[in-house]
This record gives sequence, structure tokens and C-alpha cells, in this order.
Amino acid sequence: MPDKIKFTVDGKECQAEAGMTIYEAAKANGIYIPVLCHFEGLKPVGSCRICSVRVNGRWMAACTQPVTPGMVIENASPEVEEYRKAIIEMLFVEGNHFCPACEKSGNCELQALAYRYQILVPQFPYLFPKKDIEAFPKFLLEHNRCVQCQRCIRAIQTPDGKKVFAMKNRSGRVRINVDRKLAARLSDEEAQKAMDICPVGAILRKEVGFRIPIGRRKYDRRPIGSDIEEKK
Amino acid sequence: MNYKKILQKYRKDRTRLIEILKELQSREGYISEKAILSVADELGLSRAEVEGVISFYHFLSARPLGKYVVYLNNSITAEMAGREKVALAWERETGCRFGQTSEDGLVTLLETSCIGMNDQEPAAIINGVVFTSLNPDKVKKLVGWMREGRAVEDMVEETGDGANGHELVRSMVRNNIRKTGPVVFGEYVPGQAIRKALETTPECIIDEVKKANLLGRGGAGFPTGLKWEFCRKEKGEQHFVICNADEGEPGTFKDRVILTERPEMVFEGMAIAGYAVGARLGILYLRHEYTYLRRYLEHVLQKMREQGWLGPNIAGRGFDFDIEIKMGAGAYVCGEESALIESAEGKRGEPRDRPPFPVQKGYLNLPSTVNNVETLATATQIIIHGANWFRSMGTPVSAGTKLLSVSGDCERPGIYEVEYGLTVKELLEMVGARDTLAVQVGGPSGNCISEAGFGRKICFSDLPTGGSIIIFNRSRDLFSVVRNFLDFFIEESCGWCVPCRAGNVLLKKKFEKIASGLGTVQDLKEIEAWGKIIKSMSRCGLGQTSPNPVLTTLASFRELYESRVNKEADFIPEFDLNQAVAEACAITGRKFQEEQDHA
Repeated sequence: MPDKIKFTVDGKECQAEAGMTIYEAAKANGIYIPVLCHFEGLKPVGSCRICSVRVNGRWMAACTQPVTPGMVIENASPEVEEYRKAIIEMLFVEGNHFCPACEKSGNCELQALAYRYQILVPQFPYLFPKKDIEAFPKFLLEHNRCVQCQRCIRAIQTPDGKKVFAMKNRSGRVRINVDRKLAARLSDEEAQKAMDICPVGAILRKEVGFRIPIGRRKYDRRPIGSDIEEKK
Repeated sequence: MNYKKILQKYRKDRTRLIEILKELQSREGYISEKAILSVADELGLSRAEVEGVISFYHFLSARPLGKYVVYLNNSITAEMAGREKVALAWERETGCRFGQTSEDGLVTLLETSCIGMNDQEPAAIINGVVFTSLNPDKVKKLVGWMREGRAVEDMVEETGDGANGHELVRSMVRNNIRKTGPVVFGEYVPGQAIRKALETTPECIIDEVKKANLLGRGGAGFPTGLKWEFCRKEKGEQHFVICNADEGEPGTFKDRVILTERPEMVFEGMAIAGYAVGARLGILYLRHEYTYLRRYLEHVLQKMREQGWLGPNIAGRGFDFDIEIKMGAGAYVCGEESALIESAEGKRGEPRDRPPFPVQKGYLNLPSTVNNVETLATATQIIIHGANWFRSMGTPVSAGTKLLSVSGDCERPGIYEVEYGLTVKELLEMVGARDTLAVQVGGPSGNCISEAGFGRKICFSDLPTGGSIIIFNRSRDLFSVVRNFLDFFIEESCGWCVPCRAGNVLLKKKFEKIASGLGTVQDLKEIEAWGKIIKSMSRCGLGQTSPNPVLTTLASFRELYESRVNKEADFIPEFDLNQAVAEACAITGRKFQEEQDHA
């Protein structure tokens, strides 16, 4: 097939369609590259960097980097995995994450990644930042849990293209900023979509919760990434 | 205020958002809620998006500010030149602290990152006007004038040399050109290069620049001819030339001097680049800190149009090219070319993912070449004098000359045009530096070298620099240097990616642990490892270099770190229980008793 691109991941020979990102190409070959900010169908933004791989000695974000012929991709090597683990730990210490009390527990991708990487205690000191909780008619925004993945920014827009969620500030002070007027007009379905697309428990629907008990949720049943790894 | 009327002239152009916000701020002193809603409505944006842009930039404010807004530079050379006393004088005279507005609403005191005045610190920007070489007496005088209601322009008593004294600039900034060289400060007759360029083909221009081996002067050193060639080859309904005049690396101020003294050479370089890549429009992205040069630069552009070097049908050769100036609003990261483009489009200055590169999809997603001020000025001279002339200077890999902005502990801080290949030692002698402990080459994102490295050469293959050279003598505490640099990166991170946003804060925490004497050998290992993680995993050049202050001082001055750490202890907690409860003990009048070990 002339359109197929050949490359290797950790020595395994792979093939993929031209135009795919490294993440997509690996996935098509049954190889899981962990992602957090990335969500299928949304334009990748490369913000969490968990999907970083090493290609010919250079670090790249697999969610944004297109695969090219002959790439030698290092994905599950000890160093790559160690660096990814560090990123997950950074996210835990720069926010305030109390999994047992969180409605998203079991459905949370950050928590699931922490399990996958067997994180017990982060190597970094907790920063205990002071962050707020904001209430909107249909949902709550729990800034303590937000990982600034920008999924909500990308996914929830008005029909005329206005962003309901946007980034505010910079540096460690960046926050998701909600347009109150536009947020008040969201339908129940859109609010649910915002909650579902949030990888953590930062966006929570009001008045509904714990419909599925903890213990029977998505990642309680199967570890994150197993759906891709089992496919091969 | 009738916002609708003000906004009308911007024709709903979203790319002019920053310009719009700046105009509104200049009219009202800040960007009010009503103004935000009007702008959002006019441009078809959500309020949250507009707030996102305002909150990204240092010099935009959604909260009311005083009549006079003082932005006092906090770079390390300002500290070395007595910034603390100046800051205290500001607080004493105004009665408010930094970050606050005085009760009478007269003055707001704010800090800001390097404003490109490292050779005349402590310096501040007050309502757009630069004040250099401040001391407590001058501060007292300035505040007195503020109370009298004097216009800030009228507080400039003496203007600097060269074009700083031009009626459209009227700035007290000094050029401090200490050594001129044959390229940027060489003989130059405006208009000659563009005429010569138009006599040949774009391909020949690119070939000549490639043959000259001109490498990007902003610091990254990408071959300019190659960049132009890539850009030219890209298909697009329009191509753009962008001049990166956002020099924000602490310690660099050479582009400021080039734009003051050699603006025609830069603009001509942009026109030549435009001819080479097939662009009709050039954008000068000028950092907010250099707003005081804007009117003068507009005047120079107008003069060049009148002389037929810009505008339609240049030199009668059928080539149309013009230049417009776009202003930054205060963000170091906008010096990164894709962040600069985002900012030029009126957005938050967040870097883009690459590929696609700006030469493929740049400004307005069209092919764009982004070049540094000095690079473009140098290209002009290459066209006039030829590649061979250029290659006769410097080293085989690093041809030509480089402008260095020298500051810190030396007798003659300022601008030096030197040939590549100069050793650090030669430079130190040239600038009158004595008893030197360390030299920061390339700013905080560059390399801190000790005496052992003074024989090294300033060039792309050894010690590359965008121009920043900061000298520290033996009386300086390197830990305060590193601290200042780390704070700078923490503040200037755009916050987009995790390793840069969170990692730099953690790195600084670890650094403080070591600096305070609570570090162990293990902490030294960890700080090095964390630095590597941040460098490897970060999304753009900012995060990929931000641990350098720690990593390069660790490499050059390891003994300094080792002298601070406890070599016996395996672990010392960062948390000091006694200290943590000290305040509570003092309030309650109780004494803290440490638990006894009964075992």
C-alpha cells in the first residue's frame, strides 16, 4: 500500500496512514500512548505533555506531532515513562485533588493515569494553591481540580463560535474563565457534555451526581489504556 | 464613553484587539467592564475571551489604575544598581506598596520584567515614558511633579544621544554605543540595498543570503536564507515578513539601539525579505516597552515612502511593499515566533504547536518569515556589500558581526559590535570588567560561565547569544542571580503546558531549599533531574530553557551549591515545625515543646 507510512515504536514495526499524529498512528497499531488533554474529535493542543515520546533523541508531543516515514519512536522506555510520571505528579501537587471525595472518582482520567503509573506519593512537594469554586446555573467549576487541558474551551462554543470557556491570566495563575452570560444559556445536554469532556472533576453538573456508584465506574472496571492495548 | 464610536474605526478587525484594548485603556486609564462588553460585542467574541487577552499582558489592566502608573523594572542588573532603595523611595513618597494604587488615586506602583534598559538601571516606565538611572532623590522629585499634575513627558529633563533627542522621541534613554563595527554600525546609505536587490531576482537574493551564511541574530541561529527559501516555496494567497522587535531576554537591548539609530536599515531589510519571499506587507512587532520609539519609527516609514523605498512600485521596479507597526503589550514569551504571531493576530501570546511552522502557516495562517531586528539590518548590508565581504568576518560557522548588549559589573556597559569568535576574556577587557566571578551569556535562558570558561568564544558553535551579556563580579551572590532568573521564568510562563507552568515553581522551591541550607546531596540530584524533565517536556523554547539558570550554575559553580548542602544528612524536611507554629505560639503566649523520644 503506497499511502502507508512505516515507523517503529519501541522496536515494533508499525504502519499508519499519512497525516495521522503519532498518538493516532500508535493507537491504530494497538499501542497506547497516554494522553490527558487530548480528546478525540477536538483539535489537539499539546498542553499536558503526558503523551511525550522520544523520536530520534528528540522529545515530541505525540498528540500534535504528525507521524513521518522511518520515525523511531521511544514510547515505553523507563526514562520516557519516568518523565511522564513526573508530569502526572506535577498536576497532583499544583492542584488540590482529594479523590475519595470527588464525584469524578473512577471516571477521572488523571486518577486513572496515577493508578497506571502506580503513584503513591508524588516526588514533588504539594503547593497547596488557593483556588476557588464557582457556581453557574447548570454546573460548578471546581478550580482546585482543573488541569488546564482546555478541552472545555475547545468543545463548548456557541453556534456563532463564541467561547463559553476561555483561559485567563498566565503562568501558575492561569484559570479557566467562564462567560457567565453564555454559560447561563447552556442546555442540560451541553452542560452534561462539558462535564463528560472534562478529564477530571472540575466541571460538575448541578443536581445530579453519583448515579453510578464508585467502584463500578469506567476506570474501576478497566484500567486506562487497556481498550487500546487489548485491541491488537 | 461612546465605545461604539471609538470601535468603529477598527472595522470589527479581530487582529487589532490588542490595539483596541490599548486605546481604551489610554482613554479611561483601564479597561472597564463596559468597555470589555462593548469590545466583545463588536468583535463577536465572548466576554471571557476578551478578558483572557487582557489578563495575559502585563500592560493591560481591567482594574482601575492611578493617574501615573509606574512600572519599575525588576531585572537583576536593576537590583545590582540599587533597585531596592529606589523601590522603597517610591513606596515612601507615594504611601502605597508595589501592586497598589495610592489612596488619592494618583500613583500605581507595579513591577515589570526587563524593559531593555539594563545599561542604565534602575529604570522604570511611567505612562509609556522611560526613566533611567533612578535614585531615591529622583524618585522624590518625580512624585513631587506628579502631585503638581505635571505631564509625564515634561518630566524628562535631558534627552539622550542620537535619535533619542529627536522631537518625536524626546527620551532620556542613552544609546551607549561603545564599539561600532562594519555591519550594523558600518557605512550605510539608505535606499541603496533595496534598489540593488530589485535589480536581481528573489532567488538571487536568497542565494546571496545563504552564501553569506547569515544565521538568525535573535539567538536561535536558524539560517536566514533557508527560512526565506522555505517561505517563498510555500503556496498562499499572501506572504508576510515579520520583524521580531520583542527583545525580552533580560539583559538584551541591542534591538532598541538599532531601531533608534538604524531604523532604515531594518525596514530596508524587511523590504528585501519581502521581495525574496514574495510578500507585500511587513509587520514590525514592537515590544510595548519601546512604545516611546513608535512615533519616530512611523515618521521614518513615512519618509521612506516619500523617497520611494517603500510603498507601491518601489524604485520603479513594480514591487509593492509596505510596513505597519503592531505593538506588543508586555509578555516575554511573545519573542517566540509563533507566540508573536498569535499576539500580532490580537490573541493571547501563546506559542503554537509546530509543525506547521510559521513559514508554512504563520500570520493569518499564511506563509510568514519572522526575523530578528538585527538579522534584517544585517541582510541589508549583505545585499550592499556581498556575501564574501560578510564571510570575511567572524568564524567559518558564525560569519559576520554580532551586537552585544553588555551590562552588569563593568566600567562601560552598552552596545558592542564585535566579530564572532571573540573570547569572553577579550570581551571582559574591552568593557572594563574586573574581578569577574561569572558571565551570563545569552540572558537567563543562556549559559552562566565561570572563569574556567572565559577562554570560550562567542559564536554559534560555542557560546551562542541573542546579545545579552551580564557580568557579575566577586562581590555578587550568584544565588540571588539565579533566584531573580527563576522568578522571571515563573512569571513569564504562558501557563499553557504543565512542565513549564508547574515545573518551574517546583524547581524554584527546591532551589530555595538548597539556598537556605536545608538541602542534601539528594536535593542536588533532584534539582538536576527536575530541570532536565522541564527542559525535555516543555512545549516551547521558554520552558525548554527555563531551568538553565540552575543547570548552568550547577555546571559552572558546583562547589557553591555543595557548600550549601548538608553532606551528612540523608534527608532534611523542608517543613520546619518550629517555624510553622512560631506565630501561633507568639499570639497564644504558649511555648512549643518538641516531642520527646521515649524509646
